[in-house]
Amino acid sequence: MLVYLLRRLAVALCVCVAVSALSFGLMFVVGDPAVAIAGAGGSARDAEAIRHAYGFDRPYVVQYLGWVGHVLRGDFGQSIYFNMPVTEIVRARLPVTAILGGVSFTLALVVAVPLGIVAARKPGGLTDRLALLLAVTGQAVPSFWLGLMAIVVFGVWHGLVPTSGADTWQGYILPVVVLAYSAMPAMMRITRSGMIEVLGTDYIRSAEAKGLPTWQVIVGHALRNAILPLVSLAALQLGVLLSGSIVIESVFALNGLGRLAWESLLRADLPVVQAVILILSLVYVVLTTAADLVNAWLDPRIRGVR
Amino acid sequence: MTLLDLQDLHVAIPTERGLLRAVRGVDLRLAAGETLCLVGESGCGKSLTAMTLMGLGPKTAQTRSGRFTLLGQEMAGRGRAAWKTLRGRGLSMIFQDPMTSLNPTLTVGRQLTEGVIHTEGLTRRAAEARAIALLERVGIARAGQRLGQYPHQFSGGQRQRLMIAMALMSEPKFLIADEPTTALDVTIQAQILSLLAGLQRDLGLGLLLITHDLGVVAAIADRVAVMYAGRIVEEGSASRIFRRPAHPYTAGLMAAIPVPGRTPRGTPLPAIPGRVPGLIEPIAGCAFCERCARGETLCAARPPSDVALPDGRVECHFPAVEIVQ
Ligand SMILES: Nc1ncnc2c1ncn2[C@@H]1O[C@H](COP(=O)(O)OP(=O)(O)OP(=O)(O)O)[C@@H](O)[C@H]1O
Ligand SMILES: [Mg+2]
Repeated sequence: MLVYLLRRLAVALCVCVAVSALSFGLMFVVGDPAVAIAGAGGSARDAEAIRHAYGFDRPYVVQYLGWVGHVLRGDFGQSIYFNMPVTEIVRARLPVTAILGGVSFTLALVVAVPLGIVAARKPGGLTDRLALLLAVTGQAVPSFWLGLMAIVVFGVWHGLVPTSGADTWQGYILPVVVLAYSAMPAMMRITRSGMIEVLGTDYIRSAEAKGLPTWQVIVGHALRNAILPLVSLAALQLGVLLSGSIVIESVFALNGLGRLAWESLLRADLPVVQAVILILSLVYVVLTTAADLVNAWLDPRIRGVR
Repeated sequence: MTLLDLQDLHVAIPTERGLLRAVRGVDLRLAAGETLCLVGESGCGKSLTAMTLMGLGPKTAQTRSGRFTLLGQEMAGRGRAAWKTLRGRGLSMIFQDPMTSLNPTLTVGRQLTEGVIHTEGLTRRAAEARAIALLERVGIARAGQRLGQYPHQFSGGQRQRLMIAMALMSEPKFLIADEPTTALDVTIQAQILSLLAGLQRDLGLGLLLITHDLGVVAAIADRVAVMYAGRIVEEGSASRIFRRPAHPYTAGLMAAIPVPGRTPRGTPLPAIPGRVPGLIEPIAGCAFCERCARGETLCAARPPSDVALPDGRVECHFPAVEIVQ
């Protein structure tokens, strides 16, 4: 396990370096950053002065290392649009997206896994068909429409929840449910199909032959094998949810990372875009690494037990 | 004590082509401490019979029977749930494929002990002590350390030994073994079978052994049941069946055994011509009729009735005469 862990962490570190280099490079892909900062009215001389002041005339490697040094200390530079430290802007937006993503992921998982198990026990049965219907609807209905409908029904007509903003926890209810409903189907399906496959295996028959009660066969034997593919999928889903949904954040007027990234892109506020991209990439690296480690913990063959 | 008294078991499986009547009236009896071998060609319904005895037949199967007493409990007409009080509590089974019958993600120790921890309420320590003793008994060295290992760390033969130990953990009275050696290579087959025979003798198990290998049958069976197209066509003591088979199908099976020293190398073994009848259509007469050298009009028209033998029974219009008298 230790060897596997170290190897996996080394890979993750390499990916981190690559990802940070890419987001650093973003500054230069879009065009000359000095010209961008000087703005539309800036002359060539202004751009030259900015280039020197910001150090854009130094070698890329030196610039990159300097940038990494700042980032490691939590300094992502100044936002061009807000003219304040990027770190402060991100710190204000991150919790909204983290709560929204984290809670809706948990909700989706808590519904998807038991539903997938129950559906798999009798494929084609009533529960299975209901679960499938729920999943198909969840995948087919666009979440902006569902979000708007939810606002109309629960916010406007019944006044049960606030229609926008995240000043109170009630403001999170609708967006969380809508997001969870879009993330649930894939996880339910993969649990169901994994479970159907595993329940037909010889080792499940062996477990039954030992006289184990049904729940122990399902939880102790089947689930452990059936959720291997779910773990990787769930990590990606959580990554998507934590990246912030532009649609949901816009519909529910939540100031999260998704909207920040989108708006900053429109404003060509590159330091903010860069920071958001870097943070989200690192979130993905952490999540996929965690998924691999969970799978290794579940399956001894993955962690290379010999 | 009679471990199994089964009469007229029928198992039918719905398929796209119709109802597959795979088991069509099987009678089986097994006394404590006795070894009964069930033989017959592929597809005749041996595994299905065994699985039904374990309450683990296909979920879609339609099962009915006459008397069906298993370890003193009447099972006729009862659903799969009724087997919960039997499996791991006197009734146990060894499966055919040791490579797929162990859970790849759980330690061998956990898989050996969890059954008795649940059924007998043993502590983990006590269950592990029993597992270690059994592993040593089935020939796995350094058993204590190996409990922490996973199935893929064992060879095929070792895994079948694990399966045997696992089946014996609950100290069963009735053990079913469905072709426990077909997945292994020949030298290991012999080792495993002699291990099984030794355990049966030492522990006084009632053993229902399903096998293709008639050499094995000759070595360890007390009684033999010969199955053909979903029925037991002959049953009797092993010693008699090998010397004087009463059913032409049994005789054909026996003739197909090579005898070392007597069958010259290179001579083709006598095979039984023809094919097993389909099991979806009802069979009017004797199922073996078309392949039988005798095969008369009577055979095709009417199902043969039971003929009692001193040591068992045969189901044939024209059984080998000298035994019947
Ligand atoms: N789950 C199932 N669904 C459909 N048909 C089945 C099922 N299980 C068994 N059968 C059919 O029932 C018949 C008997 O099968 P069974 O497995 O009992 O044969 P067997 O005597 O054990 O053969 P073998 O020696 O090859 O193991 C076969 O025709 C088989 O195709
Ligand atoms: Mg079989």
